[in-house]
Amino acid sequence: MAVVCFMVTMGLYFVATISFLAYLLRRSEALSKVSLAITAAGFVMHTLALVARMVGSSAAAPPSVHEALSFFSWMLILVFLAVEFRHRIHVLGSFIVPLALVSLISAAALPDTVPTLQPMFRTLWLHVTLSMLGTVGFAVAFVAGVMYLIQDRLLKSKRFNVLYAKLPALDFLDHLNQQSIILGFPLLTLGIITGAISAEFAKGAYVSWNPEQTWALVTWLFYFVVLLGRLTVGWRAKRAAYLTVIGFAGVILTLIGVVLKSYGTVS
Amino acid sequence: MHLIVVGLSHKTAPVEIREKLAVPESRMGEALNRLTSYSGVKEGLLLSTCNRVEVYSVVDDIDQGYGRIQEFLADTHLSLSSEQLTPHLYWHAGDRAITHLFRVAASLDSMIVGESQILGQLKDAFESALSHKTTGLIMNKVVKKAISVAKRVRTETKIAEMAVSVSYAAVELAKKIFSDLGHRTVLLVGAGEMAKLAARHLIAQGVGQVRITTRTPQHAQDLAEKFGGTAVPFEQYKDDMASADIVLVSTGASHYLISADDVQRAVTARMNRPMFLIDISVPRNIDPAVRHVDNAFLFDIDDLKQRVEKNRAERLQEADKAEQMVVEEVGVLLEWMKSLEVTPTIVALKQRADEIKRSELDKTLGRLAHLPAQDRELVEGLASSIVNKMIHGTMVTLKSEVNSSSGAAFVEAARRFFSLEAAPPPDTRGESAVEQSSCLAHETSEPLIEQAPSRTPSRKQP
Repeated sequence: MAVVCFMVTMGLYFVATISFLAYLLRRSEALSKVSLAITAAGFVMHTLALVARMVGSSAAAPPSVHEALSFFSWMLILVFLAVEFRHRIHVLGSFIVPLALVSLISAAALPDTVPTLQPMFRTLWLHVTLSMLGTVGFAVAFVAGVMYLIQDRLLKSKRFNVLYAKLPALDFLDHLNQQSIILGFPLLTLGIITGAISAEFAKGAYVSWNPEQTWALVTWLFYFVVLLGRLTVGWRAKRAAYLTVIGFAGVILTLIGVVLKSYGTVS
Repeated sequence: MHLIVVGLSHKTAPVEIREKLAVPESRMGEALNRLTSYSGVKEGLLLSTCNRVEVYSVVDDIDQGYGRIQEFLADTHLSLSSEQLTPHLYWHAGDRAITHLFRVAASLDSMIVGESQILGQLKDAFESALSHKTTGLIMNKVVKKAISVAKRVRTETKIAEMAVSVSYAAVELAKKIFSDLGHRTVLLVGAGEMAKLAARHLIAQGVGQVRITTRTPQHAQDLAEKFGGTAVPFEQYKDDMASADIVLVSTGASHYLISADDVQRAVTARMNRPMFLIDISVPRNIDPAVRHVDNAFLFDIDDLKQRVEKNRAERLQEADKAEQMVVEEVGVLLEWMKSLEVTPTIVALKQRADEIKRSELDKTLGRLAHLPAQDRELVEGLASSIVNKMIHGTMVTLKSEVNSSSGAAFVEAARRFFSLEAAPPPDTRGESAVEQSSCLAHETSEPLIEQAPSRTPSRKQP
C-alpha cells in the first residue's frame, strides 16, 4: 500500500513538474490550474503513503534516509500549497515542485533500509524531523533566492519576457526568503541540539566531528551569519538571495554526508 | 424597427469638431428629449466622450432615421452646419450598428485599445437615457448586452491588462519591485507633465506618501497641496532620496542631477532595500551608470516607451480574440432581434394555435368514434372557432401596434404568452462600479507616445 501510494505520488509530481515548467514558458493561466490540481492530488497520495508507512513500521526503528527525504518533499509541497493558497503565486510551483520531485526520486533511489543513524536512541526521530523541517525552510529560502536573482537580472537587463510577467515582486521574494530563514533557523538549531544530545547518550560525546556533523555546524554557522547580517547591517535583497543559494549548497552537502555515512555503516 | 448609429470619433473627426458636438452631462436630458421628439425616432441614446459623439437610435426607416439624426447633430451646436459635419460622420444600421456598439463598449474602437473608461462612459450614457425614458425594449436589451460583452472581453482576454501609456508602464514596473505600494514613498524631482501624470497614476494605485521637490519652492508647495504630499527643499532632496522607494525625475536640466554615487549612498542608507528610479527627462537627469548599483532599478523614458510598444503589440493580438467574441455575441443578439418582427410572430402564433387545436381534436375525436361524420365536423368547427377567437385579439393588437413605440414589447409579450419558442432571456445582471466619466489624462495627454491619427492635428489637455 505504502509503496503503491509512493509510486503514484512520484508519477503525479513528475507530471506536475512538467506542467509547471511548461507554465513557466507559456502564457496560459489554465496550465497553472492544471499543474496545481495535479500537485494537490500528488500531495494527498503522498500523505496516504506516509501514513501507511507510519502504521506499518515499528516506532522503535530509526527513520530511514528514504523516509526523511520523503518527509522533506511532503513538507515542501505543504509549504508551497500554503503560500499558493494565501498569495496565489503560481510560479512558485515551477520551482518548488521540481525540487520536491528530485528529493522524492533520491528517496526512491535509496533502499528504505538505509537508516539515518544507528538505532541508538529512541528520540532519534525528533532530531531527524526537526532537522528536516529546518531544511525545508532553507529550501524555500533557496527557491525565493533563485527567483529573486532571476527577477533582479530581468529587471536590470530590461528583458520583459514571460518569466518577468510571472515572477512576483522583488520585495515579496525577499520577504519570503527572510521568513523562511527565520522559521528554518531555529528548527535546524533544535535539530542539531537534539542530535548532539542523542550522540552524547549513545557515544558519550556531543560532537565527534565526522563530515556530517562538521557540515551541519558549518551550515548552521553560515545561516546564523546570514540572518544576523540581514537584521543588523542590511544584508537583504540581492545579497541575501546569493547567500541563501550558497547556503543551500551546504545543506545539500550535509545531506549527502548523511547518506554516505549511512551507506558506509550498512555495507 | 431598425437600430442605427450615427456619429463621429477620434478616427474620423478632429478634436475641434468633437468638442463642439460633445454634450455635457447637464444638457443630456434636454438633448435626449429633443432626439426622441423627431418623428420616426423611437428610442435614443447619446454617447458623448472626449473621443466620440454617437447617437444610437431605434427608428422606423433607416434612411429617414439617418437624416433625422444628422439634423439633430447639426442642431446641437449653432456654429456647425450640416455640410461641415457630414464628412466626419459614419452611419451604421442593423447588425453593423450592433457590432459597432459592441466594439466601442469593449474598447476595440478606442484611441487606446483596451482602456477601461469607455465602459463606464457607456454605462453613464445608458443611465441618463433610462432616467429620461428615451430607451425602450430594443435599446435596453442591446446596450445591456454591449455592457456584458465588454465585461466578457475584459475577463476572457488580456486586452485590459497591459500598460499602454508611459505612466502606466511606470506603475506596472513599480509593482514588480514592490508588491504593495501602500507603504511606499514616491519622491518627485521636478514637475514635468509626464512625471505629474505618472505620479497621479501612482497615487491612484494607492502609493503611501508623496514628496515633491522643484527648484522654485512655491511650485513644489503648490504641487504638494494638489497631490496631498509634502514639499522638500531642492537643496535637500539628495539626502531625502534614501527615504523614497520610488524616485521620479523630470526636470529641464541639461545635465545629470543624480549620480551613481548619490544612488549608491541612498541604497546603503536604506540598508539595501530596493529602489525604483524613473527618469522621464530628456535629456536624462539620472546618470545611466546607476544601472551598476545593486538594488537600484533605473528606467528612462526609452525603456518605458519600449515597454509600451511591446504591450501595445500584444494588446492588438488580444484584440483579435475580442473581435471574435463580438462577432459571436452579435449573432446571438440578432437572433433575438429577428424574433421581434411582427409577421413571423403572427405566423408562429397561428401555427401554435393550430397545433394545440389538432392535438386536442385528435384526442377527443378518437373517443367519439361513434359520431356521424356531420357531428364530427361540428366538433371540429367548434374547436376552430374557439381557437381563432382566442388569438384574434392578439393578432389585431400586434398588427395595429406594429408602428407604435411599444410594438416590440407587444411582440415579445405575445411570444412569451403563447410560448412561441424561447427568446434569449433578458440580461439582468447587476451593474456595479461606474468608472469616472471625465476624460482621464492618459486618454488625451501623452503626446510622447501616442501617434495621433493624421486627421487629429492637435489634442487638448482635459
